[in-house]
Amino acid sequence: MTRFIAWRIAQLPLILAVIYVITFALVWIAPGSPYENNDRALSEAAKTDLKKRFHAESWEKFLGYYPWQIVRHGDFGPSLSYEGWSVNDILASALPVSMALGLVAIWIALMLGSAAGVTAALRRGGVLDLASLAIALVGVSLPAFVVAGLLIAIFSEWLHWFPSGGWGGIRQMVLPALALSSMPMAYIARLTRVSMLDTLGNDFVRTARAKGLPRWTVVWKHAFRNAFLPVFTYLGPATAYTMTGSFVVETIFNIPGLGQHFVNGVKNRDQTLILGTVLVYAAFLLTLNLLVDIGYALIDPRIEIAEKSP
Amino acid sequence: MKTRGFHHRRIGAGGVILLVLLGTCMVSLPWALRPSSNFYYDRQRANSPLIAPQEHNAWLWFGTGKLGQSLLGECLVGGVISLTIGLAAAAISVVLGVGVGLVSGYRGGWIDSLLMRIVDVLYALPYILLVILFKIALEHPLGKLLQSTTASNLVVLFLSIGLVSWLTMARVIRGQVLSLRTLPFVEAARAAGAPGHRIFLRHLLPNLVGPITVYATLMVPQAILQESILSFLGIGIQKPLPTWGSLASDGLIALSPVASCWWLLVFPCTLLGVTLLALNFVGDGLRDAFDPKREGAKI
Repeated sequence: MTRFIAWRIAQLPLILAVIYVITFALVWIAPGSPYENNDRALSEAAKTDLKKRFHAESWEKFLGYYPWQIVRHGDFGPSLSYEGWSVNDILASALPVSMALGLVAIWIALMLGSAAGVTAALRRGGVLDLASLAIALVGVSLPAFVVAGLLIAIFSEWLHWFPSGGWGGIRQMVLPALALSSMPMAYIARLTRVSMLDTLGNDFVRTARAKGLPRWTVVWKHAFRNAFLPVFTYLGPATAYTMTGSFVVETIFNIPGLGQHFVNGVKNRDQTLILGTVLVYAAFLLTLNLLVDIGYALIDPRIEIAEKSP
Repeated sequence: MKTRGFHHRRIGAGGVILLVLLGTCMVSLPWALRPSSNFYYDRQRANSPLIAPQEHNAWLWFGTGKLGQSLLGECLVGGVISLTIGLAAAAISVVLGVGVGLVSGYRGGWIDSLLMRIVDVLYALPYILLVILFKIALEHPLGKLLQSTTASNLVVLFLSIGLVSWLTMARVIRGQVLSLRTLPFVEAARAAGAPGHRIFLRHLLPNLVGPITVYATLMVPQAILQESILSFLGIGIQKPLPTWGSLASDGLIALSPVASCWWLLVFPCTLLGVTLLALNFVGDGLRDAFDPKREGAKI
């Protein structure tokens, strides 16, 4: 177990380095540059000056400067399009917002999704089962921006319960978190239902009921704990989705999160900002997957994780 | 065999909806693309912006947009574009995924390690991030190659979606090949001296048709979803060419308490939702039909 974790952690920097190089190559060959957009018509001399200041005259200069800054000081450099901002400042102000939103969304998805899945499995073939089937299919099929539009139309324009945008209070968080959670919620409901049905058919469930345990104890303590494994595996990618899928939701609800900065960075070809954002996202995703693998072994003692290490 | 009938009905219903939608969009193209027609997607009328849907004029069935274009015309052209991108991207990802999975699973050794490490690294990048990066990187070289911004815009979009979404496919196919290659009939073919490409095409591929079909069908809605998200963010198809995603984005912007132009949002979103729902229906139905083990437990 320790060896496995150590091996996986040792791999992280290598994977991140590869991702850095790939991202840099993609961004570098992209046309356009942060120095020549419509608002800023710069002379050639000024452009060369800027490029020199940003260590971006050539790709060798860029790669010779920024990676070392990141490794040595954790400094992603200045943003090329937001004047006077460093990428670290932007990350520090935007990352907590995206993470808060993503975590609330995944929490909602987990709670409502597993509750719906368990209910559907217990009432198999009933009205509740069919209703959750329909909602789950719609949740998987509708893009987040359609869900967001519906939520705004109903809860903001019509009922006036929640504001339609902005960031700061809990009330402003409700609609974006709901919009973001629709897709993972639907998947979690499907996964929970399927694996609950598998588990409920097992002998140990019948034994537990036969020895007189109350229905809910059996459902939650015996069946659900076993049925939760596939959902747990899905939590890693799902959390990554709610944190990165927030691009669209952040745009609609006007939330100052990381997704908006990434999209703006792409539109302005802000190389340092793009690289910083991608690295942070990737590091985050890799850590999450590692945590899921470790947690998987802790939940289910039957899984021999040591076998996976080389 | 009640459940079997249920799969077939599901596949059938989804398929019929898809065919009707696609057929309507294709048949209407001659009108929606002719500048003199009322349905022309970019025909701007200064005197009739934002008209609510009306029954008596066919081109007003869905109302008009901010510049007086017929929303019906825009939705029809948008549908063709969205579905084309979905199909093309799915085709690319199937070819790439099956190719990589076959080679990696059958050859094994360092080729397998290398390919799977590439897959691992790409998996560590959030999906939509990678699509966006591919798109901005490919845009320029392809634009030069194709000599047309509209065409390159389209091609870049499905290329970048396709180039990113083959990862799961490759893993699934590799897993299947790993279990297939140990079976006696593959060994027999090799012992009889069949060359590698013959084993690939005649012995392995036919056994993989099931999973390939299923993943390809589920890939199409994914690709359409990605396209709509990109167009929604303003990085996808460039205006005035419409897609359902960009139409929905316009509708969302127009949504305000003062003047409620609900039709701008409702029609593109409904079309998109129904299409994705139908595609997922077909995909899920196929998966259950190909995988008898899941018979009892599905949603």
